Amino acid sequence: MSAFSAIDEEREIDRDEFTPGIEPQPTWCPGCGDFGVLKALKQAMPEVGRTPDETLLVTGIGCSGKLNSYFESYGFHTIHGRSLPVARAAKLANPGLEVIAAGGDGDGYGIGGNHFIHTARENHDMTYIVFNNEIFGLTKGQTSPTSPKGHKSKTQPHGSAKQPIRPLSQSLTAGASYVARTAAVNPNQAKEIIAEAIEHDGFAHIDFLTQCPTWNKDAKQYVPYVDVQQSDDYDFDVTDREEAGKMMYEVESKLHEGEVLTGRFYRDDDRMSYGEEKRAVGEMPDDPLAERYFDEDAEWERSADLMHYHR
Amino acid sequence: MTDTELMWRIAGGSGDGIDSTSQNFAKALMRAGLNVFTHRHYPSRIRGGHTYVEVRADSEPVRSRGDGFNFLLALGDSFARNPSEDAFYGDEEVKPLTENLDELNEGGVIVYDEGLLEGDDVANLNERAEENDWHVYPLDLRGLAREHGREVMRNTAGVGATAALLDMDITHIEDLMEDAMSGDVLEANLQILEEAYEDVKDNYEFTHDLRAPTGEHDEQQVLLSGSNAIAYGAIDEGCRFIAGYPMTPWTDVFTIMSQHLPDIGGISEQVEDEIAAAALAIGASHTGVKAMSGSSGGGFALMSEPLGLAEMTETPLVLIEAMRAGPSTGMPTKPEQADLEHVLYTSQGDSTRVVFAPGNIRECYDQIRAAFRIAYEYQIPSILVYDQKLQGELRNVDESFFDREPNADPGTTMTEEEIAEAAHHASGKFQRFGEGDENGVSPRSVPGQKGGRFLATGNEHSPEGHISEDTENRVRQMDRRLGKLDTIREELDGADDSHQTYYGPDTAEYGIMVWGSHQDTVFEAVDRLNDAGHSVKALGVSDLMPYPEAEVTEFIESVEECLVVEMNATAQFRGLTQKELGRFGPKLNSFLKYNGEPFEPYEVVEGFERTVDGAPDVPEGTKFVPAAGD
Ligand SMILES: Cc1ncc(C[n+]2csc(CCOP(=O)(O)OP(=O)(O)O)c2C)c(N)n1
Ligand code: SF4
Ligand SMILES: [Mg+2]
Repeated sequence: MSAFSAIDEEREIDRDEFTPGIEPQPTWCPGCGDFGVLKALKQAMPEVGRTPDETLLVTGIGCSGKLNSYFESYGFHTIHGRSLPVARAAKLANPGLEVIAAGGDGDGYGIGGNHFIHTARENHDMTYIVFNNEIFGLTKGQTSPTSPKGHKSKTQPHGSAKQPIRPLSQSLTAGASYVARTAAVNPNQAKEIIAEAIEHDGFAHIDFLTQCPTWNKDAKQYVPYVDVQQSDDYDFDVTDREEAGKMMYEVESKLHEGEVLTGRFYRDDDRMSYGEEKRAVGEMPDDPLAERYFDEDAEWERSADLMHYHR
Repeated sequence: MTDTELMWRIAGGSGDGIDSTSQNFAKALMRAGLNVFTHRHYPSRIRGGHTYVEVRADSEPVRSRGDGFNFLLALGDSFARNPSEDAFYGDEEVKPLTENLDELNEGGVIVYDEGLLEGDDVANLNERAEENDWHVYPLDLRGLAREHGREVMRNTAGVGATAALLDMDITHIEDLMEDAMSGDVLEANLQILEEAYEDVKDNYEFTHDLRAPTGEHDEQQVLLSGSNAIAYGAIDEGCRFIAGYPMTPWTDVFTIMSQHLPDIGGISEQVEDEIAAAALAIGASHTGVKAMSGSSGGGFALMSEPLGLAEMTETPLVLIEAMRAGPSTGMPTKPEQADLEHVLYTSQGDSTRVVFAPGNIRECYDQIRAAFRIAYEYQIPSILVYDQKLQGELRNVDESFFDREPNADPGTTMTEEEIAEAAHHASGKFQRFGEGDENGVSPRSVPGQKGGRFLATGNEHSPEGHISEDTENRVRQMDRRLGKLDTIREELDGADDSHQTYYGPDTAEYGIMVWGSHQDTVFEAVDRLNDAGHSVKALGVSDLMPYPEAEVTEFIESVEECLVVEMNATAQFRGLTQKELGRFGPKLNSFLKYNGEPFEPYEVVEGFERTVDGAPDVPEGTKFVPAAGD
């Protein structure tokens, strides 16, 4: 019998279960896009049939990192930029868990950029939501890796001389097997995309446009937006790498011309997740490693049995 | 140590197989009934550069490198790039011979490969040999190897010649070759070994007295390194997850674990950097698995912030710090003990961690097990700090030493039944960071368990894990977390076996203190000092945090004066001792070395004599720093 009876439990799930019994006072500003992520996530969870006790929500540091303060599940609010390595180890240790990582654009594309590339490359079976407000929110509005060129802030008073990074293209190149962009102002699409991402068996990356009315003085609200899957103007195959890449490039360029394009941009349902790959080559046990520690009858190998190498 | 001990040094080019040859030779000596100890010297490159390994063997226990050595096997350096005398690195080709002569003891034996080295190229070799009573045997090892196999097999020819000159039985060497090789390679090697052996026996007149010592073991021996012992201790303590990024000398433990874990149901992850490595270990541990990571100086610096996260979230974590000479990239393959303060204090905020420094291979095994047990019982990071010396040296240990019960207990985790009965906040959250038991340890739930939801956060937090800056809660949580160190100290003090190791007569007048890998070298020096009429005892300290205040105080109080021996330039351990004890400044002298070479016993002997007699000189490469106010 499993020591983790919450995992894969079959029962009705109510979206209220994801709201803490006593809701802490939110630290987000009124009108902040982060509320949109929280709401969409709460709605997506019952749809994918996962409960708070089998979900681990790992966040970084930033306004966005507070997500798990307002979301009822197991949570790990880590350090700036490091949600992904914590999250992916949890998934390897207990593949039955639903692991979701989340954080800001600075957190994920800047200080944690190396982990982003490698987690995508390895295709860990998890969901990664990046709150992209094109700004450092928590530290009061400095330029972030996604801020457009020319963006002025206290640390770039004459405007940023840097090109913003292209998060979707980078994700694709690195190896993510599901890449989408949604926006806080588009709650229905956001919920659907989160649900899809969670159900996807591999690294699912969502670039979530979250307006920051407090610091992003250009007051980007990401409206109007276009859902590329709904629009007749765009026709591409999300399972075709090349077409997806071209589309992403256009989407990223258009954002800075004021046109907000959202939707699913890439998915590869055939690629094995990292856990499966590792198991296939014999580098990971078939049963969840975490279970073994709670099994009183488990047999543990001893170093005494390795001594023949040293005689 | 006896008069008949063998101190065999094999020298050659790095990449010439010196390491594996010496390991097999050491193992053969062990199988023949001797106690063995190896010391490795190698430069920080894969090919080229002069390297040597010393094998010390005796019928009595050996626990340190010796003073100098008495048998040199100088192989050619096949990677010598520029044999011209004015090349930057000097005359590379003859280095295996020239570089080693200064430390060769009187009466020593020299075998060199005349197939590759010209004795005439070594300045005054004959005069020096005469002066020092060296016995020189030039042999065409390369020629022999070429004749029966390939040139690289000249190591085997050298071992065969060694065995003949030392009057050793070669069956153990043959057995080891049969274990490691097969087919034509084995045949060729066996032939070369025998030819060299017979050739030397038949055609040379021995002028030297040195012979291999003889001995007998009461029980089965195994030959292993500090890294093996650390990995094996971790396995026996149920560690089944390791994450890392290669860096010398940490790579050793990482590699050994990675080779075994997949076969025993574990997981090893080589990741993008050391920040990730430590973070993965935290993620696995948070999820209920016994996990470890580690690195050496620079990589460990990158682990600083995750380490603090483990302290704040009370996530059990075991890290290894395999020190090498710093600062920065320093001397990657050279030992030093200059990361003590780094390991104790790195990461923001007040340190809340356990740090052990094992003094030898057995202590590596015992203390990594203690590190895991404490980390998981007390929900605290434990760090095992060792160095390149202990990492690479091989020594024989009774096999029965490892015949222990495993302990995979995940510590203070709860079952779902226990969680159901435990306190929950009105919000529904489990009180993960409550007052806890009498030790201040608040048992934890693990993701996936029903009813155990909580938030772990690096921010200060309330009992259920909510971010909180409430002043009273802050002090309560800080005191609880830090208080665990006091309890751990009490537990360690009350244990049957102290991690501190005592050596020498109880009533001795003088003391030597040492921490970590130089412990047994100091113990050897203590024997010699007492034999020479001094009155000395030693204390090897392993617990660095929480500091063993009572034991060290008692030791220092019991002696007139104390010499603190460590391999760094700023006397970090002496500083720690004074900080922790708040006194004894005038009683503690320092004896330091930081040239990249481990202490030899005679250096400690002379360093001590400097303290007691005020002798003016200490050996080259060491430094004496008198006590405060001296
Ligand atoms: C190592 C480290 N460097 C800097 C900080 C300060 N810091 C906290 S959040 C943040 C950036 C926040 O921006 P982003 O990740 O985009 O999140 P947002 O607040 O916009 O959601 C910074 C620089 C930190 N906490 N840790
Ligand atoms: S500063 Fe911006 S990102 Fe942060 S909470 Fe306020 S609106 Fe949201
Ligand atoms: Mg941001």
